[in-house]
Amino acid sequence: MLSPTDPMIDIVDLCKRFTKGKETITIFDGLNLAIPRGDFVAVMGPSGSGKTTLLNLLGGIDRSDAGGIEVAGERLDRLSESELSRWRASHIGFIFQFYNLMPMLTAAQNVELPLLLTRLGRKERRQRVETALGVVGLADRVKHYPKEMSGGQQQRVAIARAIVSDPALLLCDEPTGDLDRATADEVLSILQVLNRDLGKTIVMVTHDPAAAQYAKRSLHLDKGHFIEKELAA
Amino acid sequence: MNDLILIRKNLFRRKLRAILMMVSILIAFAIFGVLASFERAFNAGQDRATPDRLVVTNKISFTQPLPISYYNRVAAVDGVAQITHFSWFGGYYQEPRNFLVAFAVDPENWMKLRDSDFVFSPEARAAFIRERTGVLVGARMMEKWGWKVGDHIPISSNIWSQKNRSHAWDFIIVGSFSARIPQADTNVMLMGYDYFNETRSFGKDLISWLSLRTTSVAANERVTNAIDGMFANSPYETTTDSEKAFNKAFAAQLGNIALIVELVVGAAFVTILMIVGNTMVMTVRERTREIGVLKTLGFSGGRILRMVLGESILLALLGGLPGLGVALLLITRVRDSLMSFVPTLSLYPDIAAAAVGLMVVFGIITGLVPALNAMRLNIVTALGRS
Ligand SMILES: Nc1ncnc2c1ncn2[C@@H]1O[C@H](COP(=O)(O)OP(=O)(O)OP(=O)(O)O)[C@@H](O)[C@H]1O
Ligand SMILES: [Mg+2]
Repeated sequence: MLSPTDPMIDIVDLCKRFTKGKETITIFDGLNLAIPRGDFVAVMGPSGSGKTTLLNLLGGIDRSDAGGIEVAGERLDRLSESELSRWRASHIGFIFQFYNLMPMLTAAQNVELPLLLTRLGRKERRQRVETALGVVGLADRVKHYPKEMSGGQQQRVAIARAIVSDPALLLCDEPTGDLDRATADEVLSILQVLNRDLGKTIVMVTHDPAAAQYAKRSLHLDKGHFIEKELAA
Repeated sequence: MNDLILIRKNLFRRKLRAILMMVSILIAFAIFGVLASFERAFNAGQDRATPDRLVVTNKISFTQPLPISYYNRVAAVDGVAQITHFSWFGGYYQEPRNFLVAFAVDPENWMKLRDSDFVFSPEARAAFIRERTGVLVGARMMEKWGWKVGDHIPISSNIWSQKNRSHAWDFIIVGSFSARIPQADTNVMLMGYDYFNETRSFGKDLISWLSLRTTSVAANERVTNAIDGMFANSPYETTTDSEKAFNKAFAAQLGNIALIVELVVGAAFVTILMIVGNTMVMTVRERTREIGVLKTLGFSGGRILRMVLGESILLALLGGLPGLGVALLLITRVRDSLMSFVPTLSLYPDIAAAAVGLMVVFGIITGLVPALNAMRLNIVTALGRS
């Protein structure tokens, strides 16, 4: 059904509004965006421009008000809540600014969480967890709890959790926003490897121009519209 | 890892809080177990009662006496098939705390009336009728005090005294009897009324109550009216009632206390329910962000609802099951010393099963609100603005 040339993301005339009391804020009014498979896009823009809102819409955790939104071959605006939930489990990996790990679970257990939604057996789940933690360079931290790890290490656990069920699209919201330069570079290098060597499509929101350098291109979101800037890959 | 481990890890992430909740649930179910067992024991007498048995007591109170002359007059009433009289002895063995359930009766007729409850050997039957100073002792009482047939035992009364001022009577155990049906309690002693009546220093020719069996249940009402009508306007007016009602009145002194205790415990139970419920709401609210993350990962609302309910049910079981254990321990400890008052006191399996059911209900009630909140939680709101 899908050919490799189909876009990973295809947004047509997307509208998104928030209503708070009597006030209605329009975030997007006729947004268009196409991102091919295998792309690594940095999304920049001023605070409040709708970057997080866009990621939420792409990941199917928020709903649009009008327009078409197709991600990984699925029209998200036509799915029910439970269909979206199932679709997310197999197609999307989320990476947040503040890692969002479960404090009472070890690194390995945190990474295993998404696999509880699959039919995989215990042995295979453990194997996958080991592989994912190996990819982010934390094979030796399996039994550590989040509070025993640095911010960079926690973010790498979060990346392992995002890739463990092998989703095609990674959505990252300021993944290095809470990290120092050197640690940020480590994390960004891992994302680059995931994109280049494992073929993951990545959409990364960032305020940091240095972080955007790791992407293939960056988009500037302002007043509900994109201004594109190609970067040397 | 599986959902159960996840649930357990969630529950114990704040150990002190989880343990405090468990202890309060433990106390609630320990009290429930003890109380339900006591209530069962109190009510056992009513369940034991057969419908064609009536009891004739003094109208003022069953603790007030009736004249022995009523015995023959009631026996002559049309519809009375069997009858015996009872006199409460208020007995104890050696020390007042060794309380004994003991009655003075008309031996031959008492055994006839209770033949459906107890098994009397021909020897015991004959000896009890023959020996004036003989007592018939139930199997459980024999066992409790280590008595044998033929033993001479001094039995004291906290009500009566002999003409020689002594409170103790010397009796010979002439026989024993066992239960024919499980509800029949054999922790009881019977003595001949004639000897008791002749030797006591006061209360002569008085009895405590009459117990009779009618020819059929259909005759109950007619017999009741005939008896109470016969003694109306006499110095000793009577009330005739079913044995069930009588046993209930007998247990009422304890039963009223039980009701008060039940109300207090019920209030405590509701309080603990609200505290645990409120704590669960807080606990889950603190996890709002994590629940948002789980949903982002693809956990459905239904699954999250089940996880929160699973947590509150696990909490109730982890507190409640040890609580039931404590109840069992308490009951086993007090059973022997209370055997005379509540002979059938025990934590029966069906009470335990009901308690476990109650734990699950407790878990569902305390977990329902936070579980529904978690299920309906909007992901974007939960993840907050970062
Ligand atoms: N749930 C909501 N209810 C009401 N308004 C909202 C909600 N979420 C976002 N907004 C509004 O939408 C606009 C865009 O928010 P969004 O979080 O997408 O911005 P952002 O580009 O990610 O900003 P930042 O760089 O600060 O993270 C803001 O004006 C915000 O106030
Ligand atoms: Mg944002």
